[in-house]
Amino acid sequence: MKVLVPVKRVIDYNVKVRVKADNSGVELANVKMAMNPFDEIAVEQALRLKEASGAEEVVVVSIGPAQNQETIRTALAMGADRGIHIEASHDIEPLAVAKLLKAVVERETPGLVLVGKQAIDDDCNQTGQMLAALLGWAQGTFVSALEVAGDKAKIVREVDGGLEHLEIQMPAIVSVDLRLNEPRYASLPNIMKAKKKPLDSLTVDELGVDINPRLTIVKVEEPAAREAGIKVADVKELVEKLKNEAKVI
Amino acid sequence: MGILVFCDHDNGQFGAATLNAVSAARQIGGDIHLLVAGDTSGTIATEAAAIAGVAKVLVADGAEYAHGLAENLAPLICDLASQYSHILAPATTTGKNIMPRVAALLDVMQISDIIKIDDANTFQRPIYAGNALSTVRSDETTKIITVRSTAFEAALAEGGSATVEKIGNNGDSGLSSYVKSELSSTDRPELTSAPIVISGGRGMQDGANFAMLEKVADKLGAAVGASRAAVDAGFVPNDYQVGQTGKVVAPDLYVAVGISGAIQHLAGMKDSKVIVAINKDDEAPIFQVADFGLVADLFDAVPELEKELG
Repeated sequence: MKVLVPVKRVIDYNVKVRVKADNSGVELANVKMAMNPFDEIAVEQALRLKEASGAEEVVVVSIGPAQNQETIRTALAMGADRGIHIEASHDIEPLAVAKLLKAVVERETPGLVLVGKQAIDDDCNQTGQMLAALLGWAQGTFVSALEVAGDKAKIVREVDGGLEHLEIQMPAIVSVDLRLNEPRYASLPNIMKAKKKPLDSLTVDELGVDINPRLTIVKVEEPAAREAGIKVADVKELVEKLKNEAKVI
Repeated sequence: MGILVFCDHDNGQFGAATLNAVSAARQIGGDIHLLVAGDTSGTIATEAAAIAGVAKVLVADGAEYAHGLAENLAPLICDLASQYSHILAPATTTGKNIMPRVAALLDVMQISDIIKIDDANTFQRPIYAGNALSTVRSDETTKIITVRSTAFEAALAEGGSATVEKIGNNGDSGLSSYVKSELSSTDRPELTSAPIVISGGRGMQDGANFAMLEKVADKLGAAVGASRAAVDAGFVPNDYQVGQTGKVVAPDLYVAVGISGAIQHLAGMKDSKVIVAINKDDEAPIFQVADFGLVADLFDAVPELEKELG
């Protein structure tokens, strides 16, 4: 079985984002970028499947500008076999991403697509479900455990009330949650090796997908800042403030 | 053209977040229909018909709808879509699972997790863990939307008198099947709708120490939550997690105990009315959003807090 893992390049999760002065978006120039943390978990899971002989090849795909090749190299350094870069200049909405990925799935015919449950930039939480819809495949979302057995997979999902166990038909889309695994670090020898791994480029035109945005961004703003609070001396003062000042208990 | 609201329920009662989604629908304006799909959804349909502002309840009954499987529910919703200008669902794990599948089948770009409605086409939603707010306009014929429940008041659960109409099924996709659930049971209020929440972080050191927070919670009628660090460390189950990718809460009072205040945690609680932080590190970022900060060892402060509450 081949496993396909889409990875997104996003602002590093440690960076405090700044809104552009003209309110058109968030400042991306000279900001540290990294692989979306949920996608790292998806790559790790694909590698574990391969190590357990549950997968023959792990292919990573990323959509975006030339720098996305660095993100693909990161996944290759972790242990993925091959990369596909789809060149695209601007922000692409999840629906268009799902359409591009569908085209890649039709070329590559993987038995499983592992995706991060959401990207930490737009926080949309849509791409995996949309790809499953377009392919007519089963979807296992927010997954914290995955066991593939033949043409079925047993999954555990993190849901609002706790955990839910499902069995899904393969091929399937599985969107991974935080506690599925802890991604490995790439070792130096593997980083060197990754430079020689195959990385193909495709264009949006070759895949025949319309990626024009459907939503218009009217403005992007900073949220209202909370006013600075006070420090209390002890528990007694805290309880007194909550009772008499804030009146919340 | 009306608005269809997907009712999130567990076959026993409808989830509170459905009421917030109905409020969002009322702000958009238009006839509101509620879709109740489930296994023997009769009682829920009756309850749903009483929600203030709902004109009609559509009931789809069948075992294939019992467990919120997206592969079965998305086609059902798509079949209804042409009659509506907007289809809304609460941004619960059920809504988040199903709605993008609906959107893609309809070739519509979904608007996730809205927190404000400017007009029927324009919505505000948080991006970057709430560190920026994006206002977007959609010109799609049918808008597919998930609603952040803490941003909208709950609609009244009674006073309405909607008509109830049964609709047909379109069967089991055969793509996925439900096996079982492991749900946390608690007598405390539900985390996302509790008026007071007390959460513990890595500073709690051990799952057993959450008993201290539970004692305080019981005195305050509060729900107990946790930071991602505490869940990752296995102190408490995943459904306790408050944050960017966990639950978003906005209670009247949020008490953060032993939580440093990582960006992704703040994203889940910074809209709380009053925030209290108890942490022994006076440099912890949580103090930057706290109305009342107490620099103290939580193992002294929490038992004392419980005593002070009488």
